[in-house]
Amino acid sequence: MFVHPSSKSGVSRKRTSERVNRISPSGIRKFFDLISSMDGVISLGVGEPDFVTPWHIREAAIYSLEKGYTMYTSNLGLPELRQELSHYLTRRYQVTYKPDSELLVTTGVSEGLDLALRAIVDPGDEVIIPDPCYVAYSPCIVLAGGVPVPVSTTSDDGFCLQAGAVEAKITGRTRAILLGYPANPTGAVMPREELARLADVARDHDLLVISDEIYDRLVYGVEHTCVASLPGMKERTVLLSGFSKAYAMTGWRVGYAAAPQPILAAMTKIHQYTMLCSPIMAQKAALEALRAGEADVSAMLYDYNQRRQLMVKGFNNIGLTCFEPKGAFYAFPSIRSTGMTSEVFAETLLTEEKVAVVPGSVFGKSGEGHIRCCYATSTKDIEEALNKIARFVSHRRE
Amino acid sequence: MKEKEKEVFRILEKDARTKPEQIAGMTGLPLAQVEKTIKKAEQERVILKYKTLINWEKLGEETVWALIEVRVSPQRDVGFDAVAERIYRFPQVRSMYLVSGTYDLSVVVTGKTMQEVAGFVAQKLAPLESIQGTVTHFLLKRYKEDGEILEGEEQTRRQPLIL
Repeated sequence: MFVHPSSKSGVSRKRTSERVNRISPSGIRKFFDLISSMDGVISLGVGEPDFVTPWHIREAAIYSLEKGYTMYTSNLGLPELRQELSHYLTRRYQVTYKPDSELLVTTGVSEGLDLALRAIVDPGDEVIIPDPCYVAYSPCIVLAGGVPVPVSTTSDDGFCLQAGAVEAKITGRTRAILLGYPANPTGAVMPREELARLADVARDHDLLVISDEIYDRLVYGVEHTCVASLPGMKERTVLLSGFSKAYAMTGWRVGYAAAPQPILAAMTKIHQYTMLCSPIMAQKAALEALRAGEADVSAMLYDYNQRRQLMVKGFNNIGLTCFEPKGAFYAFPSIRSTGMTSEVFAETLLTEEKVAVVPGSVFGKSGEGHIRCCYATSTKDIEEALNKIARFVSHRRE
Repeated sequence: MKEKEKEVFRILEKDARTKPEQIAGMTGLPLAQVEKTIKKAEQERVILKYKTLINWEKLGEETVWALIEVRVSPQRDVGFDAVAERIYRFPQVRSMYLVSGTYDLSVVVTGKTMQEVAGFVAQKLAPLESIQGTVTHFLLKRYKEDGEILEGEEQTRRQPLIL
């Protein structure tokens, strides 16, 4: 009988890798289970549109299935989709990528981010990230063998990564700056001048920039600046974006990466062995979205903007100071005045008032003292939630 | 400013019960201005009325609806308007449009029974001077009304917590 060497001694051998063990599990799991066990919860804790994908986009995918489009596509993605993406980026940001060597269709920004990091990070390389930021940035850097270097941002600087603070953290091992603007969880949009200062830092220190611009279309009364469109930045930028947020297509898993040829080729190498391609029906749907989805984006944006104003005003009225988010669909009010940590606030609010919000600490140290509330929710639910939060906060202050 | 006022009406068109306070919150306009805008629009008949869309079939209440195509000879000086007015003044007429194509007036008529609607068409509508002919289509099933899907409306099935 074969006996595994480690089981002889009775000590069971570790089954998971050091690399994975270094990533802390999502602190939100317990919270998620709690919400799932409760009835009648109003959740402001979601991170996706409350719209269903526009019908013409769904219909295009159904048609493609009827026509038998059920196979793999090229590793890079459907040629016509890459062609359309190239036109789209030129039209929107005046930055042109070659469809056959600088564009890759991914299964959402999530895959694109992983590919970009694995393609450029060597063991021990440092990647600068804003703090707070989207929860996947840090773990993905660790999985790629790198070291995340958070740089704190606050409501005073509009939660924008400051060029001076970034420069202070640069070492000989710094490889890249990872940006995510418009930002989850803060709703911050990086003004062009500030972005230009960061670009200067990247150029001066020969750093790459990975820019997650998934929320680029969701901006209110301001312009989004695409990092790659800044002078001299295209050659050092990996642009990541997709269809999930703007076209309400989260479940389709389709996005894209645009990068200089050598980096894109490296990313494609990983992609072809690990993912092969994004689902063909999702790519067909994405093509329809690009060709005929502008009106849908505008209509959803119009609604989000009304809810955004309602929520921000609501929080400020309650006395939970809320930085004005100019992008994405999140408000990030400060709960410091209650004296609670964000985690305690979120958990008590859930059990007492059945309103789910996300503690800011989940997004990094500098997120502490805030909660993330998604306004891609019906106005009725937003108002009811705000009333409940107001009651909850006033009890705490008595 | 005009665009902001239109936003007030768009919100009310979607849900007439939205309170001025809520509209102020959603548009960023001061409450007093929202109230003034609404009042003025009511006076100027920009806002015609506030109505409720009810699915009467769910209550077992059956109203017969008919779409009637009417062919009309236009009259000198007044075109279709004079005969149109003769028709739309009947309370049985719910909506009415002048349309292009093989007929001229599209008339939506309701009644308690098919006989009632048929009687209206035969006795009131068809005999009118300058009416050349009518075709009556009784409505069999209502799928979508005023932008609302009556049954099987989609719900978003989101996970309660997504980072």
